[in-house]
Amino acid sequence: MEDLEKQLAEMKSRLDTLSNKSPQNKISLIVFSGDLDKALAAFVIASGAVAMGMEAVMFFTFWGTPLLRAKGKEAGDKDPMSKMFGAMLPTGARDAKLSKMNMGGMGTAMMKSLMKKKNVASLEEFLALAEELGVRIFICEMSMDLMGFKREEMIEYEHLTYGGVAGFLAEAQESKIQLFI
Amino acid sequence: MAADLKVEKVLDLKGLACPMPVVKLSKAIKEIEVGQVIEATTTDRGSLTDFPAWAKTSGNEIVKTEEGDKEFKFYVKRAE
Repeated sequence: MEDLEKQLAEMKSRLDTLSNKSPQNKISLIVFSGDLDKALAAFVIASGAVAMGMEAVMFFTFWGTPLLRAKGKEAGDKDPMSKMFGAMLPTGARDAKLSKMNMGGMGTAMMKSLMKKKNVASLEEFLALAEELGVRIFICEMSMDLMGFKREEMIEYEHLTYGGVAGFLAEAQESKIQLFI
Repeated sequence: MAADLKVEKVLDLKGLACPMPVVKLSKAIKEIEVGQVIEATTTDRGSLTDFPAWAKTSGNEIVKTEEGDKEFKFYVKRAE
C-alpha cells in the first residue's frame, strides 16, 4: 500500500515536470532577412498565428534589424563606419526591397502598387497590426552594435525588447513552431 | 432547418486579403457570446481553407458555408 502511494507521488511529480516543459501554444520567428517579401511573409505568419490563438514572438537580427528603424529619427554621434551602414541600409519597413526582381527599385515599386490594388497590407501596416495583436518583438543587440544603430533611431513599438540570442532561444524552446526567415 | 440560423453579428470582409479575414474573424468572435453566430462574407479564396483550419484550432464551429462565384459566406458559431 505504502509502495503504491510512493509510486503515485513519483508519477505525479514526473507529470508536473513534463507539463511544465511541454511547448506552449507559441510560435517563434527569426527575421534574419531584410527583404520586403520575406519580412511580409514573416508578418503574415505571425498575425495568422495570433488569429489562431497562438502567441507570437519575432526576433529581428542582422539584415532584419534595419527594418525596425524609424523614418525621420536620427541618432547622432556615429563613427564613419556606422554612418556608412546607416546610409546604405534601408531606413525602416518602407525602404525594404524585394529579394528578387528588384530591378533597380522598379520591381519593388510594381509589387507595392499591385499589393495596394489587391488590398494587401503594406509592411508598415503589418507592423501596426502586429503591435495591436500583441506580437512581441526582440531586436538583436549584437546586430544593432555591428551596424552602429542606436535605440533612439528605432521605431516605437509597445512590445519591444532589446536582447540577445539567449532571450530568443528561451522563447523558442517553449514554442511549438520555430521559423527562420 | 438551417433557415432559422439566428445571426448575432454580420462581418463584411469583402476585399480583404490574407491574413486579414481570419484576423478580423478571431477578433469578432470574442465580441459575441458562446452559442451565438457570426455571418462573415469574404472574397478571399484562401478563406475556404483558412476558416475551417482556424475553426479547428480555435475550437469554434462553422455551421454553414455558402460558396458563391466570387463571394463566400460563412456562419461561425462561438463554441467556447
